[in-house]
Amino acid sequence: MIGWRGYLQVGVGSGLGALSRALVGQAAILALGSAFIWATLAVNVLGSWLIAVVASRAAYRPHGISARWYPLVAVGFCGGFTTFSMFGLEVIYLLSTEQTLYAIVYVFSSVVLWLAAAWLGQLSGRPTKP
Amino acid sequence: MDVNALWWVAIAAGGGMGGMARLFVSELCATLLGKNFPWGTLVVNILGSCAVGMLAVRLHWPLSNTPLAVLLITGVLGGFTTVSSFSLQTLALRDEGHAGWALLNGVLTLVLGVAAAGIGWFMAGGGR
Repeated sequence: MIGWRGYLQVGVGSGLGALSRALVGQAAILALGSAFIWATLAVNVLGSWLIAVVASRAAYRPHGISARWYPLVAVGFCGGFTTFSMFGLEVIYLLSTEQTLYAIVYVFSSVVLWLAAAWLGQLSGRPTKP
Repeated sequence: MDVNALWWVAIAAGGGMGGMARLFVSELCATLLGKNFPWGTLVVNILGSCAVGMLAVRLHWPLSNTPLAVLLITGVLGGFTTVSSFSLQTLALRDEGHAGWALLNGVLTLVLGVAAAGIGWFMAGGGR
């Protein structure tokens, strides 16, 4: 069971994660004219990569920085940075505007990229010399 | 879109509250349903998607970016739901030799999560 310190770490991390996600959204608006889909895909792929790096490092060094700050960085920041609800909403929006093919492509490419990013993160979080 | 200080405060505060609520639901699910399957992540993503579907209609997303819409949709529900834990836990299931469970987690998350967003959206009067 996680105590109040864990909740505090997760709360602060998640707040910073949400703020960073909004910054990515603003950057996408500046660069592409809209935050739709690309910003969500970017945060979800980056967040999946980062959580796997931190989890992998924490697993190899149970008393290292990654392990101690796991609630802040992984559960908090990565959790707040990524968003499933916006992904779901975007899929519904595409379906409701009869862009069914885009919706299907978005769903399948998203899940493949999320998992590929996490897999790469797992690899890069491993120590290079055993 | 009008972006000001209140907007950022709403996102950070909402994201923090959403993240803590996610932790609470995850712990509760782990206690009630066990730790062999990431029930907590599945449950937050279904609940959060349903809520966001409803709020999107009520708050006129994506046309409006009022502080309330930003607080609840970008902040609270964005922080409550998560893709990073889903990805990590799905890979972990596969690494532990439960490829079938990993596949089930992927299918359940995508199908139920997107369906929940659609159900919330329809219940709030979307598409009418």
